[in-house]
Amino acid sequence: MSNAQHDPSHEKGDVVAGIIKRSLMAVAIAAVIFAPTLLLKTQVSQISNTLFIRYRWEAFAIGCGLLLIWRLIYEFRALQNARAHHKSSSRPQARENRFGHFVGPVLLVAAIAMPFMPFTDRYILDIGILIITYVMLGWGLQIVVGLAGLLDLGYVAFYAVGAYTYALLAEHFGFGFWMCLPLAGIFAATWGVVLGFPVLRLRGDYLAIVTLAFGEIIRVVLLNWRDFTGGSNGLSNIPRPSFFGIPFSQGPDGFAATFGLEYSSLQRMGFLYFLILALALLTFYISSRLRKLPMGRAWEALREDEIACRSLGLNTINTKLSAFAIGAMFGGFAGSFFAAKQAFISPESFNFMESATILAIVVLGGMSSQIGVVFSSIAMVGGIEALRQLQFLKAVFGPDFDPSQLRLLLFGLAMVVVMLWRPRGFVSSRTPTVFFKEKKSVGSSMISQGRG
Amino acid sequence: MTKPLLTVRDLTMRFGGLVAVDKFSFEAQSGHITAIIGPNGAGKTTAFNCITGFYKPSEGSVTLHHPARGDFALESMEDHKISRVAKVARTFQNIRLFGGMTVLENLMIAQHNELMRASMFSIAGIFGMPSYRRAEREAIEKSMAWLERIGIADKADEPAAALPYGQQRKLEIVRALCTDPVLLCLDEPAAGLNPKESDDLGVFLRQIRDDFHVGILLIEHDMSVVMEISDHIVVLDYGRKISDGTPAHVRNDAAVIKAYLGVDE
Amino acid sequence: MDYLAQQLINGLTLGSIYGLIAIGYTMVYGIIGMINFAHGDVFMVGAFVSLICILIFGITGSTDIVIGIGLLMIVAVIAMAISGVYGWTIERLAYRPLRGSFRLAPLITAIGVSIFLQNFVQETQGARVKPLQALFAGGFTLHEGTEFTVRITYMQILIVVLTIVLMTGFSLLISRTSLGRAQRACEQDLKMTQLLGIDVDRTISMTFVIGAMLAAVAGLMYLLYYGVIDFFIGFSAGVKAFTAAVLGGIGSLPGAMIGGVLIGLIEVLFAAYFSSEYKDVAAFSMLIIVLIFMPQGLLGRPEIEKV
Repeated sequence: MSNAQHDPSHEKGDVVAGIIKRSLMAVAIAAVIFAPTLLLKTQVSQISNTLFIRYRWEAFAIGCGLLLIWRLIYEFRALQNARAHHKSSSRPQARENRFGHFVGPVLLVAAIAMPFMPFTDRYILDIGILIITYVMLGWGLQIVVGLAGLLDLGYVAFYAVGAYTYALLAEHFGFGFWMCLPLAGIFAATWGVVLGFPVLRLRGDYLAIVTLAFGEIIRVVLLNWRDFTGGSNGLSNIPRPSFFGIPFSQGPDGFAATFGLEYSSLQRMGFLYFLILALALLTFYISSRLRKLPMGRAWEALREDEIACRSLGLNTINTKLSAFAIGAMFGGFAGSFFAAKQAFISPESFNFMESATILAIVVLGGMSSQIGVVFSSIAMVGGIEALRQLQFLKAVFGPDFDPSQLRLLLFGLAMVVVMLWRPRGFVSSRTPTVFFKEKKSVGSSMISQGRG
Repeated sequence: MTKPLLTVRDLTMRFGGLVAVDKFSFEAQSGHITAIIGPNGAGKTTAFNCITGFYKPSEGSVTLHHPARGDFALESMEDHKISRVAKVARTFQNIRLFGGMTVLENLMIAQHNELMRASMFSIAGIFGMPSYRRAEREAIEKSMAWLERIGIADKADEPAAALPYGQQRKLEIVRALCTDPVLLCLDEPAAGLNPKESDDLGVFLRQIRDDFHVGILLIEHDMSVVMEISDHIVVLDYGRKISDGTPAHVRNDAAVIKAYLGVDE
Repeated sequence: MDYLAQQLINGLTLGSIYGLIAIGYTMVYGIIGMINFAHGDVFMVGAFVSLICILIFGITGSTDIVIGIGLLMIVAVIAMAISGVYGWTIERLAYRPLRGSFRLAPLITAIGVSIFLQNFVQETQGARVKPLQALFAGGFTLHEGTEFTVRITYMQILIVVLTIVLMTGFSLLISRTSLGRAQRACEQDLKMTQLLGIDVDRTISMTFVIGAMLAAVAGLMYLLYYGVIDFFIGFSAGVKAFTAAVLGGIGSLPGAMIGGVLIGLIEVLFAAYFSSEYKDVAAFSMLIIVLIFMPQGLLGRPEIEKV
């Protein structure tokens, strides 16, 4: 007996047996999970319109095989870690902070220079606009979720309010974009107050589900109030924004002719790009100013400890409402831009996935880091777009295979993985809003998240 | 005698069938330290929460006489107004600092309402108008003066959660004082402090009382602190007042000794 | 009158389904205080597993009813087993590593899991709706009116009876077994339970498994009742079941069932008398109204704010 205990080969045998046992277990679980998905496909017969089952052993085998490989890698790394006794690598906060100071201006310069680059075409501009729209929405939602600690799962409702405000005002009253933009913001903010007032006394998780319900209600109403919103057909022919009254058309009054340029449809795209960039920068400026003002400080205090706030004479309902309304306002701005850019809107653009995406951008980026939101928007939108390019997968998995569906699947997976890897997002530290001698960033372990 | 700063009449608080505080009446004077003591579960914190507006009492009245602003019926006021309008400030048994914010930020939040007015509800603030900048500078100076007083001015830019426990206690008291209260309510301020820190706290509280002429109402377990610094002691047991008077009076009250030691007569 | 009676029967059936899903929400929320956002999608997986089993067993409308019901019970067991594994895996991979971490983190992973499951099933099973032939089309005619006939189908009887049986078994599990005791202890105080030597991880895992199993049966019922499923049914059924859990009082098991039935009735009656397009609005508005005016629900304990 005692001999066996000291024999290293036995020990090794135990380790290997453990790995095999756990791996087999993992594969067994994977087999159960993949059986109703990868293996057995229910298919509607073209002839009789009844269901039958198609077996896909190859896909099933590939799925289980991939899982086995992942498990073995995991086991192998666990083994290595156990041997090496890794020191926990905590990154210095100071460096993160300095990095932030330096990277912001660089990103801004890159964003401004991007449309003038020789490689820039319509597609790249389009992606750029998309990314900046998400950055703006992320900054708007960050006020609500990141600063005030109010979990809002229905933010897209305000985006929708902004979009429909512009579309409807333009259709019925012929208002132009520049007039509708502030109106859309004010209108969305009003909605924020109207929706927020009854529910903001709820606890965090309840607030989340109620905002989700509000988002869905607005979407269902948009979908079914056909006379007003066009229902699922949406609203089309929304006027495009002009360059302060000069349209982007080919005629003699157009932008190109006025400025003596050669007409190109890219000019409009470039204009839209700078428009959203300006709107995003406005959002950035206002929200970062507000953060350093008593109002923003109160938001953060609310996230830290609501009861203490009340004991210090803060009207917590008003504080929450102000966060909700200002967040909604930026959503409304972005929404009216979206309507102007697409020239067509329908309720489909404002579903829960959209809210989840914006929330994911905020949380993954880091709750109180504005730079983090930029990074996560680039990663998220860029990543999804990159997946769209994976048309070659069609060759592997057959013509039924649609990589653009896979992008949502991977999007969900990425949300899980990134959260497990960095539960507080890419940039997790917090910069104080006021300082006496020296601005030191606050480490993530001390920041609380608002229990609601 | 002048009108008492705080008058509590027949305060009763029920949770379902449980009567946590039963017809509790007492008075607290401005410029005095009044202590509420009692064994565990006597209803001290509940009474305290009723006075500071965190619970709405089932019955009874709580009246605050503000020397400049008049009388306030605290039992029917919202909690944030009790602090903002009636000028009653409080601390908590388990410290409630804004841990992820710096020491200075904690004190700035205590001055939120003045700063909010100065920033014209953020409008002047966004444009960085000089009136707001001046107000902000003054708020920082006021905060720093308090931090000097408790000797942690060098830690102004540290996160509050990083302070040692004793300093967190003091910071919470100072944060309450930044709201310029007429009545300061402290929920077990000496809990978790070592004897030296408790003594310091006693000295500090007496200084506050004398320098600013505020009324201090405190709940405390630590008898040595209570007997040393209080001008007036109220004893609660099972939600009822069993004794009320000077430390010397309370110390020799048979009912108090019985409640604390459980002696049979 | 007859029309109303018919709607009540339909509402009760639908409510049974919501109630079974709601139990999963209420149990998980009771123990770890988190909204298991992916629960609705586990229900959806349960419906798909049931569909596959029904196709494999070859149960059709012409199957003998006794054999058919026997086979359906086997289908239910298989669906429960497979969904249970889903529930276990989700908790193990996506929630357990984040327990005690940043509060929003598990909610984000839950949303991530939900998106993943929806798209995984869409990708592997196709986006088209899956129609299933009606099984056991018969029923009893309860009352024959001049304009309207009140009927209760065999399927509705099966759904309600199965729900009652499951609920009884489940209540016994919670009140009589050591697992149930451990769950109730965890609900009171997770840390203390752990200090007393109870395997909290295992208890939480089992909670997810049981919740997933009940959701799987609900999935089977949904499939049988509506006859069509797709990858997206989990979302709205999930929100409605959560509403049911809140309405009944979160943490309360009989409350979840009562809440489920109420939500089922509200939805069916609203659709019958007002507008079927806005029936989701009715259910979601109910959630908001309940949370504002009665946050503790019908059978929940009121919360006293600790200062």
